[in-house]
Order: sequence, then C-alpha cells, then structure tokens
Amino acid sequence: MDVLLLSRIQFGLTTAFHILFPTLTIGLSLYLVILEGLWLCTKNDMYYRMYRFWIKIFAIHFAVGVVSGITLEFEFGTNFARFSQAVSNVFAPLMAYEGMTAFFLEAGFLGIMLFGWKRVSPAVHFLSTCLVAAGASLSAFWIMAANAWMQTPSGYVLVHGRFYVTRFWEVIFNPAFPTHLTHMLLASYETAAFAIAGISAWFLLKHRHEAFFRSSLSIALIMAAMIAPLQVVVGDLKGQNVARYQPAKLAAMEAHWDTNTQGGAPFVAFAFPNMAAEKNYCEITIPDMLSLLITHSLRGEVRGLKTFPPEDRPNAAVTFWTFRVMAGIGFLLAGVMLWAGLLAVRKRLFDTPLFLKTLVVVQPLGFVATVVGWITVEVGRQPWAVYGLMRTRDSVSPIVAGNVLWSLGMFLILFAVLGSSYFYFTLKVLRNGPDADGPATHLEILPPASGKTETTKAAGLEVGP
Amino acid sequence: MNLIHIWVFLVGLVVILYVMLDGFSLGVGLLFPGAANRAEQDVMVGAIAPVWDANQTWIVFGGGALFASFPMIYTVLFSALYIPLFTFLFGLIFRGVAFEFRANSHKKHVWNRAFFGGSLAAAFAQGVTLGGYIEGIRVKAGMFAGGPLDWLTPFSVMTGVALTAGYMLLGATYLIIKTTGPVQERAYRQAVVAGGAVALFLCVVGIWTPYHNPEFVANWLSRPRIYGVWVFPALSVTSFVLLFLHLKKRSEIQPFIWSLMIFLSAYLALQSAIYPCAILPDISVAEAASQRETLIFMLWGVVLILPVVLGYVLYSYRVFRGKIAYGDGYE
Repeated sequence: MDVLLLSRIQFGLTTAFHILFPTLTIGLSLYLVILEGLWLCTKNDMYYRMYRFWIKIFAIHFAVGVVSGITLEFEFGTNFARFSQAVSNVFAPLMAYEGMTAFFLEAGFLGIMLFGWKRVSPAVHFLSTCLVAAGASLSAFWIMAANAWMQTPSGYVLVHGRFYVTRFWEVIFNPAFPTHLTHMLLASYETAAFAIAGISAWFLLKHRHEAFFRSSLSIALIMAAMIAPLQVVVGDLKGQNVARYQPAKLAAMEAHWDTNTQGGAPFVAFAFPNMAAEKNYCEITIPDMLSLLITHSLRGEVRGLKTFPPEDRPNAAVTFWTFRVMAGIGFLLAGVMLWAGLLAVRKRLFDTPLFLKTLVVVQPLGFVATVVGWITVEVGRQPWAVYGLMRTRDSVSPIVAGNVLWSLGMFLILFAVLGSSYFYFTLKVLRNGPDADGPATHLEILPPASGKTETTKAAGLEVGP
Repeated sequence: MNLIHIWVFLVGLVVILYVMLDGFSLGVGLLFPGAANRAEQDVMVGAIAPVWDANQTWIVFGGGALFASFPMIYTVLFSALYIPLFTFLFGLIFRGVAFEFRANSHKKHVWNRAFFGGSLAAAFAQGVTLGGYIEGIRVKAGMFAGGPLDWLTPFSVMTGVALTAGYMLLGATYLIIKTTGPVQERAYRQAVVAGGAVALFLCVVGIWTPYHNPEFVANWLSRPRIYGVWVFPALSVTSFVLLFLHLKKRSEIQPFIWSLMIFLSAYLALQSAIYPCAILPDISVAEAASQRETLIFMLWGVVLILPVVLGYVLYSYRVFRGKIAYGDGYE
C-alpha cells in the first residue's frame, strides 16, 4: 500500500463520514427557522415543543459534524501537501473565508440556540437560529466553491506548476459552481425533509403524539414537495454542465465509450462497464436517449470515453453505478412527493398507512444519495486533482505510508465508536419522543447575574426543557 | 509594515487567541477527574458548554488562514508533525462529542473519560507540536524532507507536559470565575499547583530553548530587539507574582487575567526570537508567504468580517456571564 492510495482512502472515508452530518444539519437548521418563526407568529406552543424536540436531533448531528469536519481542513496539509502548495493561492482563501463567515457564525450562536432560552428575548433567540442556519448554508457556499474550482478551474494562471490568482470572482464563480452549490444545498434540504418526514411517519404509525407529528410531517412534506422536483431540474442542468466542462467524467458516468457519429447516443440503463475491455457487458440501452438528455436533441453528439487517452479516463464502473443509484433515488423521492400531492388533494395524507410506511423506508435514502453522488463527482474527476491540470498522483505529501496507515486505523476505530454512539443516542432521543406536556418557558427572561454571590440557574448540558 | 508582516501578526494573533481560549476549555477538561460528584461535573461542563465550540473555531480559522497566507508553513509543518497533529485532532473529536453524548447518556462515566482523555491528548499533542516546530524541520525544495518521528525528542515531550500544565492553570483560574463552593475551592488549590508547575517549566524552557537554538539568543541580543525583549521576561515574572498574590487574596477575576498574561509573555518572547523565520532553521516568512493578491483578498475579509465575529463572540460571552449553579440545567 502506498502513501497515495492510503491518503485517498483516508480522505474519502473522512469526507464520506463527515458529509452525512452537515447534510442533515444544513436542512434541519432551515426547518428549525421555520418552526421558531411559526411559533413567534402564531404563539402556538406546539411549534415551540417541536423546536425543542428537533433541536435535540440537530445538536447531536451538529457536534459530530463539527469534530469530523476539523480533520478535513488539516488533511490537505498532512496528506496532500504538494497539492496544497500548488493551489494555495487560489484554493486556501476559500477555506479561510469559510472559517470567518460560516464557522464562527454557527459556533457563536449555537450556544444561544441551545442554552440561551432564559437569557435572551425570543426575538434574539430567533435571530440566533436564523444565523446558525445562514452559517450552515454559507459554509456550503465556500466549500462547494473550492470543490467546484477543482472540477472546473478558472481565474488563475499556472506558472511552474503553481497556480496564481488572476481574478477571485472567477475563482469562486467558476463554471461548475452554480449548479454544484444548488445541487448540494437542495440535497441537504431534501435529505433533512425526508428524515423528518420518516421519523414523523414512524410516530404516526405507532399512534404516539399524533397532533405533534402531523404538524411536523406537514411542514417537512411542504419543504420536500418544493425541493424534490426542483432537484431533478437542477440535476439535469448539472449533467449538461459536466458534459460541457468535464466530458470524460460524463462519458464515464454514462458508460458511453464511442462518440456517436451517425444518429443519437443511446442511454445505458444497465451495464457492467469494463475499463480494460473498453466496453459494457450485459448492457440495456435506450436509443438516442443520452443525446436527448445532454444536448436536448435526438441527434446531438456526445463524446465517448475512448476519445480520451487511457491514462486520462476516470473509472466508468464506479461512476456509472454511483450515479445511477443517486439519480434513481432522486426520481424515487420526487415520485413519493407526487403521491403525497395526490393524497393531500384527497385529504388522506395522514391515514394512508402504506404512504407512511413508505416514508419510513425511504428516510435514509437522502443520505445514501448524497454520499454516492459525492463518489460520482470525485471519482469522476480522476485522474486529476485539479481537472486537466494537476494529477492526483502528484498531489500527495512527502511522508511515509506508516503514518497514514496509523491515522487511517485510528479513524476506522474512531468512526466505529462515534458512528455507533451517535446512532444509539439519536434513537434514544427519538424513543423518548417529544415533551408534550411541559410548559413553554419563553415567558420569563432571567436577568444575568452580575454580583459575586448572586448565581443564575445554569449548569449541566441538558438541552431538554 | 508590508503585507507579509501584517499577516505574520494576524496569524500570530489567531494562534494565541486559540491557545488562550481553547486553552481554558481544554484545561477544564484536564481538571475534570477532580470533580467529586455528578453535580460538580455538571458545573464544570456547564462552565464551558456554551462557549467551547466558538473557542475551538479559532484553530479551524487559524488552519485556513495559515494555509492561505503561509502555505509553506502549512504544508511543511503538517507533513512533518503528522502524528502529533492527528493526535491533537483525535483528542478534539473525543472532547467535542463528549459534551453532547454525555448529556444524553446514562453511562456518563464513559463520556466523562472521553472528555478528560480527549482534552489530555489535545493539550499534550499541541505542546509536542510546538516543541517539534521550535526544534526545526528539514526542508528541501520547499517540501518536508525529514522522517516520520523527527519530532519525537525529550524536548518536545517536555513542551507537551509544560503546555498541559499551562492549560490546567488557565482551566483552574477560569473555573474560579465561573463557579462557587467546592469546585471553586478546589480550583484555587489547583491553580496554585499548576501555577508552580508552569513557573518551573518556563524556567526549564527558558534555559533549554536557547541551548537548543543558539540563534534565538543571537536574535534577542541583536539590535533593535535587545531594547525590547527584556519586557517579556519582566512581564512574565510580574504576572506570576500577581497571580500568586491574587490567588492568596481569593480574587476571582485577577488570577485568570494574570494567567493569560503569562501565556502572552511566553508567546511573545518565543515569537521575538523566531521572527523573521517561518520554519526553523532557515525558511523566512517572505519565502513561505503566498501571492500578494491572495493576501490582499484575505485582508478584506479580516477587516470587514473579523470585527463582526469578535463582536458577536463577545456578545455570546456576555449572554452567558455569571456563575454556574449546582444541580440545574440550562433552559
């Protein structure tokens, strides 16, 4: 095992583990904004209790997301020092801006969100929730800009293997960025909406806290109904963007080997792509469909993977299948929302057990789609670290493999412990359910203590009311 | 002052802010096993619960700022100090989730241990990282060129222990401000012991470092530095005297302030010896800096955004000011 392979495995593992958590918290923070807004507008304590229930889930995910995310920023230096040094002028400021604009916002106001109920006014508390949500989405803005730049670099000059900035505006708003960011933000909102919907449906099927979870489910479904179809549209735009700027990636994703010279390119619905043989086994195709999807015409030309030198081709088997799983989930979730729409028209949303059961089953699919989607993006970028300009194999740090073997082993142990504990505690919070009877403690605001002897009531870490 | 000097100052500022702020959070974690019962543990955790995340964020920003302003330091240092840096990160992971998991768990002792263990690993590894940095790193053609265990020396182990003691001092003096009763009582005693240990370690570091790096002495004695550097040991000695005096007088705020001053004086003394070196022994800050346009782009962020950040971080501290009472949760 060499340093490069081990470092790539480690980076892939740590990012895949990390992304699960922000995916939920970005969407869930928006949901919390909606809940608190509704509570302040309607003065209905149900919304307050909903907030207090869902923030427990938020807090657990946020904690794991924060600590697993810190390592990523360090791994650029520890494991990919050559990459980091080459791209630092262009790439690193985006990381620094993410810290300045997003992480501080989240960390600074999370304390008030969790522990500040009696210490600030409801308006300030609401503002804190909004700022945490804004911080979460801003973080996505910068990190997607950085990743999109690796996909479609622009706004730079390359001198002796080192990138220099010409225009930061072009670095940030590179060609892949708009669809890249929108796709990820929508994925977060959609994943969170379906997670909330699945959990709520589970409670409704058990006939526990029905009024509470009907309300939770309704808001989540409205969120999902707006986003799920939009995500399909953005996905289509993203596909066209990839076709234009990363044609090798598109050809690999679609297992499309030969450029269509006469007639349209077929869409491969099922196949086992083989890189060595440069062909697909057991393929099922739909004629002209790929041309239609990519060029929006039946005859449009789509470049095949064989037109690229073998050393410049990303792995078709991996990208083909991960992409199909992701897109399949996207369509499935959009279909579920179509069904929800029909049920809502007939006012049968809450008493169709099959629909509720479906929501429970599809609940984790948003997370699956996010992770496999990222695998498509990143494996599809190979063999480049910076698309077309710097190879991944030239990116790695001058360190020994033993270092990486050690840290990778530690991560595996750590993630096993962290993952199972996180899962256990999330289930525990869910099993305990919401506090339906407790008073809504928004009325009294304690003055903060100032003297030496006076004490305010505050200790421990319990978030619950 | 040119752009590079501004960034030397800014990165230096972020690093010391992190060290002082997360230092007291980690210090509370280090003192955690001293708590006699559940109520005392809850008070100790409660003292830092609303602010630890913002404190920790300074290193996240620091990492990004270092990457963007002095990429050579970022890449060389992080490759060279791979093992201590990851140990530090693993420590932060355990410390961070312990807050959240502890609150939800019936088996609190498991996450109590994770809280202490994580804080210890993070504090010690930071000290080792510092030691490894001071000892110098082998660089060839702008890249790390040494072995994986170059950092492991008696000196770096000593700086690891020294920084751990330092964080205990910060944690204890912070607890004096935030708590009452038995936890505060113990914190006074712990502060005296930790303060003594820090004084001892600073003497050892003060003798050992110049022995290790003779160029430090040359730097200190060179003009115009010689006119200024005596301030730092003087500040350090004054801070120690006032720390112990105020601990004896049972002041609540002063011991923390003087502990911070001890950190600040040691840090400035070190920086004044290293400057203008970026990576010891011979890479200068000018060589290690990034492109001018990048430094300017980042400076805009610092000028426009960082004051706002400081504003709301201070606001958050204000919201959670006051003592932590026993046996009650945040509402």
